[in-house]
Amino acid sequence: MDHQTISQFSGIFGLIFFGILFAGVVVYALWPRNKKKFDHAARLPLEED
Amino acid sequence: MAQTKSFRMGEGALIIVLAALFLMCVFVVSNAHDNVMAFHMAVGAVGALLGIFAVFRRYQKRANGQGPDETGYNEGVVKAGVLISIFWGVAGFLIGDYIAWELAFPFMNLDFEMINFGRLRPLHTSAVIFAFGGNILIASSFYVVQRTNRTRLAGDLAPWFVFWGYNMVILLAGTGYLLGVTHGHEYAEPEWYVDWWLTVVWVVYLLVFLGTLIKRRESHIYVANWFYLSFIVTIAMLHLGNNIAIPVSLYGVKSYHVFSGVQDAMTQWWYGHNAVGFFLTAAFLGMMYYFVPKRAERPVYSYRLSIVHFWALIFTYIWAGPHHLHYTALPEWAQTLGMTFSVILWMPSWGGMINGLMTLSGAWDKLRTDPVMRMLVASVAFYGMSTFEGPMMSIKAVNQLSHYTDWTVGHVHSGAMGWVGMISFGAIYCLVPWLWKRERLYSVALVSWHFWLATIGIVLYITSMWVSGIMQGLMWRAYTSLGFLEYSFIETVEAMHPYYAIRALGGAFFLLGALVMVYNVWMTIRALPESEKAGLPALQAAE
Repeated sequence: MDHQTISQFSGIFGLIFFGILFAGVVVYALWPRNKKKFDHAARLPLEED
Repeated sequence: MAQTKSFRMGEGALIIVLAALFLMCVFVVSNAHDNVMAFHMAVGAVGALLGIFAVFRRYQKRANGQGPDETGYNEGVVKAGVLISIFWGVAGFLIGDYIAWELAFPFMNLDFEMINFGRLRPLHTSAVIFAFGGNILIASSFYVVQRTNRTRLAGDLAPWFVFWGYNMVILLAGTGYLLGVTHGHEYAEPEWYVDWWLTVVWVVYLLVFLGTLIKRRESHIYVANWFYLSFIVTIAMLHLGNNIAIPVSLYGVKSYHVFSGVQDAMTQWWYGHNAVGFFLTAAFLGMMYYFVPKRAERPVYSYRLSIVHFWALIFTYIWAGPHHLHYTALPEWAQTLGMTFSVILWMPSWGGMINGLMTLSGAWDKLRTDPVMRMLVASVAFYGMSTFEGPMMSIKAVNQLSHYTDWTVGHVHSGAMGWVGMISFGAIYCLVPWLWKRERLYSVALVSWHFWLATIGIVLYITSMWVSGIMQGLMWRAYTSLGFLEYSFIETVEAMHPYYAIRALGGAFFLLGALVMVYNVWMTIRALPESEKAGLPALQAAE
């Protein structure tokens, strides 16, 4: 494997990998079922003793 | 009555480790090749002895049949961290301002090697970033991780080991710079033996933090902890990656990096920019996500945004380093990559800023009534400003003008004094009454004084550096009609003199504000708590 092949592969792989990862994060953050959990989490600093 | 108390396993183990360390240090002192190594190892030996002594004292003071107090939250180490960060902060601002005056009036180095700019500059940067910033980050992370997970800090002696061990790093690094010992990499100046010691301390820090998360009593880990954890993990990785060096001898201070040339430069700025990204940004964002909602008494504006903010920020920051090496021997594609990711960083940065600022929606009146809130909000505003400026400066065409000039210095200080400084001051003003169980700060008016002194100081600093930096860049690239450079280098230096004086004045304002904070914190701690006052109705509190 020469430099050209490696850099081409890592470019394409990086794009797909990080693209999917980011999409996953956005879906997780916006998933309606998670809303209750996040609403509770947001109040954590305010509810401590 | 029979002796019922005994050493705990942790206490015994720590004594053994410290005793071994003591012997090792003494051994190196007796074989040392240079004076600084002998001096530093002697400091290490004394530190190890004091540590052993402290563990014995703790054991002695403990009543029979009792273990150490392990109820409630561990706040002792947080208190110590807050106080020492204030101390280092004032020291770091003072040194910074002194070297600012040195640049305006070079005679001020008095021809004395230990206080010349080259040695004091790393002392200043390390004091403000690692000593002031690092201590307040460790202290606040210990506070936040306990509160938001409703559990006591993991480890009995381990948090104290982190506190003392980390400050030993600072002491060795700082005295080393004054004595002329440096590894030669910006923000990574400590030599190999300090690096090794920091690695040990940092691993213990990670274990304490993780241990606390593991025994948490909340199912969800609050977002502030994610930011703090990303800081701890990434700093470990950066520190190891950028300090791969081979000591010339185990008895001497000097070591050589394994990488050389452009590989070394790339590794250094991968480290350097992510120190900005994860030490000065992600960790302080953890602080923002706790203290801003807490102080505003409102939940964070959007928890969903905070999740996207977190992942976007940490995945983007790590690539931005090459923008420090535009127009150098670094391959073109790597420069472009660094520039592109820096520009992409605009989005997570501003997403975070909006999340912090909008947390106040419906509570904007607090800006008028609570100067601590004003400080926190101003810091987020400075964050927004410097994270706008940074990506812009990373664009190659802009960088052509700004690189190597004072503009960079001004940019860094709007982030460091405005964002990091102000949010730390805000957190200190929150933490001191909470930790020492005081109803309120000694004086709210003095917080306001601190706020304005610091703000005026920062504005003087960054505006003078904008003017001086852009002027410098323009003068360097000015050609005559015959194609010669129009200005000699010394002419640009002369032209910068007034701006250097203004900058130093701004630093003095900032330092003065910090001194006002010292007085306010001192008086707050000295004041009798309300609960004790109530028990003595006839008496005035001692003046």
